[in-house]
Amino acid sequence: MASMRDIKRRKESVASTGQITKAMKLVSTVKLQKAKARAEGNKPYFTMLYDTICSVLGRTGTIDHRYLKANDSTRKAVIAITSNRGLAGGYNNNIVKEIVAQCDPKETDIYAVGKKGLEGLLRKGYNIVEDYSEVMNDPLYGDAIHIGKNVLASYENGEVGEIYLAYTSFKNTVVQEPKLMKLLPIDVEEIMQDVEIDVLTPMNYEPEADEALDMIIPKYMNNIIFGAFVEAVASENGARMQAMDSATKNAEDMIADLSLKYNRARQGAITQELTEIIAGADAIS
Amino acid sequence: MADSMKLKVVAPERIFYEGDVSFLEFTTTEGDMGIYPNHIPLTAIIAPGVLRIHEAGEVKEAALLSGFIQILQEEVTVLAESVEWPDEIDANRAKEAEIRARRRIEEGSGVDMNRAELALKRALIRQSLTR
Repeated sequence: MASMRDIKRRKESVASTGQITKAMKLVSTVKLQKAKARAEGNKPYFTMLYDTICSVLGRTGTIDHRYLKANDSTRKAVIAITSNRGLAGGYNNNIVKEIVAQCDPKETDIYAVGKKGLEGLLRKGYNIVEDYSEVMNDPLYGDAIHIGKNVLASYENGEVGEIYLAYTSFKNTVVQEPKLMKLLPIDVEEIMQDVEIDVLTPMNYEPEADEALDMIIPKYMNNIIFGAFVEAVASENGARMQAMDSATKNAEDMIADLSLKYNRARQGAITQELTEIIAGADAIS
Repeated sequence: MADSMKLKVVAPERIFYEGDVSFLEFTTTEGDMGIYPNHIPLTAIIAPGVLRIHEAGEVKEAALLSGFIQILQEEVTVLAESVEWPDEIDANRAKEAEIRARRRIEEGSGVDMNRAELALKRALIRQSLTR
């Protein structure tokens, strides 16, 4: 059996770790509230943008647009959104796994947002084109525009044929789901299912519908990227909150276990001492 | 005939403005536009400019820099990527941006010309509202 001093030291170390995890849990709870509000603030804009895209596509029925059909390149661009800090359970690893499962390392260009994902994907042999990790600390709409523009440029000059976005979608505080979503070319058939064409209000476009699509689709993309940022931040904090919560619980369990062991060892030591004293006294008399 | 229309200006992070307006002025890629209620349905792309919201005798101004607008008969929705009230604009920053953009235009490095000109335009619009 471990000595009393060892057990005591162990117990103290577990207790201080438990304190840290508890503090981290509280911090991420607060951050989660903020991130959640931000993610919800983006919803009205996103819904309206999506509706507009639907109605433009529904009314014009164009399928010949360059953003709607794939170009010749077989390469994929993946925007991988993870976090800069660990200790968030499987949060970062799930994104890496999702990408590994669906994209071939040789045929994929990674635009990394978040250090942890970048490191993980680098180890798996993916080609990292750009690193925007600092964005994750405080994602702004301008960042989404910037990244969107760069990725779109490589799509337009034919370096990549498809653009994907890997992020963790925030279902609720306890459920976060890693997702790999296709940004471009836009899946027209999927959108068509959502379209309710009301024939009564024909729409005019200024400039022409094709040109309008040219300008609306990049905005749509930017907004999805931004939406993914804010959702990912919420998910990160949700995941961290859960991970730290279970870490705190485990620490408490360990402390209870170690206290029991410590008391038993102390009792054992006392009993042994007593036995020795009695034996000594017996020997003298 | 309705004498007002519902206006909604939505920015990525917030709903910027919501209310009934009688007249609306803005700039599109095709030029300046002013619309009254019962306009024909129209979707247009926003170019940097000033958004003037006329509501019950009062005129509100905002810098509307990019996005697009969807006009239905009694409802107008502006999806703004970038929109600011005058009191949210940092005049010094706008001034700096103007100088930067002017320098870039003078250097005349071909590729970025469009961008520099757009930046200059944005800076000037922001400044015109803070004065």
